[in-house]
Amino acid sequence: MSEISAKVKQIIIDKLGVEESEVTPEASFTNDLGADSLDTVELIMEFEKEFNVSIPDDQAETITTVGQAVAYLEEHAK
Amino acid sequence: MQLKRVVITGLGALTPIGNTVDEYWNGLKNGVSGAAGITRFDATRFRTRFACEVKNFDVQSYIPRQEARKMDWFTQYAVVTADQAIEDAGFDKEKLDLDRVGVIWGAGIGGLKTFEDEVLSFGGGDGTPRFNPFFIPKMIADSASGLISIRHGFRGPTYVTVSACASSGNALIDAFNYIRLGKMDACVSGGSEAAVTQAGVGGFNALKALSERNDDAATASRPYDKDRDGFVLGEGGAALVLEEYEHAKARGAKIYCEIVGGGMSSDAYHITAPHPDGRGAFMCMKLALEDAGLAPEAVDYVNTHGTSTPIGDPQELKAIERLFGDHVTKLNISSTKSMTGHLLGGAAAIEAVAAILAIQHQTIPPTINHFTDDPDINPQLNLTFNQAQTREVNVAISNTFGFGGHNTCVVFKKI
Repeated sequence: MSEISAKVKQIIIDKLGVEESEVTPEASFTNDLGADSLDTVELIMEFEKEFNVSIPDDQAETITTVGQAVAYLEEHAK
Repeated sequence: MQLKRVVITGLGALTPIGNTVDEYWNGLKNGVSGAAGITRFDATRFRTRFACEVKNFDVQSYIPRQEARKMDWFTQYAVVTADQAIEDAGFDKEKLDLDRVGVIWGAGIGGLKTFEDEVLSFGGGDGTPRFNPFFIPKMIADSASGLISIRHGFRGPTYVTVSACASSGNALIDAFNYIRLGKMDACVSGGSEAAVTQAGVGGFNALKALSERNDDAATASRPYDKDRDGFVLGEGGAALVLEEYEHAKARGAKIYCEIVGGGMSSDAYHITAPHPDGRGAFMCMKLALEDAGLAPEAVDYVNTHGTSTPIGDPQELKAIERLFGDHVTKLNISSTKSMTGHLLGGAAAIEAVAAILAIQHQTIPPTINHFTDDPDINPQLNLTFNQAQTREVNVAISNTFGFGGHNTCVVFKKI
């Protein structure tokens, strides 16, 4: 597992209070991990802070699963 | 129309001297001081380095971490005390008409810690406007009533009253009024505050409102003592279930006492100083007793606002002397802020609970930390110094006044 993937997982576990085993690449923040719309906004913000990136709103809307977040950050993280 | 009678059927408390109603009462009757060095932040550079903090409070033993982290401290105190009061009331939610149960809470400031953290985080960054999406819902004062309503499914009127240190007095009076008008069957009311933060202590220090007795924190809150030097900031809260009398009787509820009157007035004078003649204090007590249909002679106990400030304390006593006339020497008067400190928007709620428990236990909680008589205070007044006193208590009133010149008085009567 990449360093980015591990950090993303940790943020999700911390913010959503879910078990590590639930945070699979396919897991959807809202459908599988119990996030509401505000939780999702908070997750994106935490990713931005942790990886020092700015995720535009139109891009943020396409990040709905753990795998999508990891892929986006692996591409854009500085 | 015939107004309905309103009774108290549930209590909850989370205070600097006890985290349940029973612990709170034990602290009150034994004259325990809740003041100690500040632990919430490093106060080394502050003029006041002590406060009355809530102690041994592990929020996760009441609220799951995922929910608790989306609540400011003042909301956590609200939710926890409301849970206690609702459990105490013994409601069977299946039999309640949830559209007729409300939540009217009081908070003087709201989520100060949340505001402070977010703004410090932004100020310490590179200017990127990145704010947490929970910042606003955590901070705004109404979140306390909103979250209690969501948690318990109460769908009647829910909101928060803001009148500085009188906030929860206004909340109680609003709840009382709506129930006696027949608009609700029951209402969770009360108030909470959590202002022991850098901005809270620094801000009140700037007003020169706080005691600076850092070398003797435990005795710093000394209402009516000649050497009082300001109030001691407290935090926490209390919840009360107000219920229409017939509704409570029909379900066989335990009834603590009846709430029989509420009075509100304003000084129309100064944003922080009380009126020098105690005019607003006098009016709210007079109106409260008229509302209750009681003569001043019916009153046994006055739980005062008594914050331990040089100016405020004697003015309230002057108003009490003027209102009660010859009866004033037969009253027990006490300021329980001597033990709990000043909970700002939560003050009226915890002091209403103190007044109700005084009726229940027929015991007056003391004004502790009395060392030296103030020559400007009438020595014939029974200020219940240092020791609780047992006596017959049929009627107790509780005063609370706030910055802005807001004054409230609530009247409780044995049933």
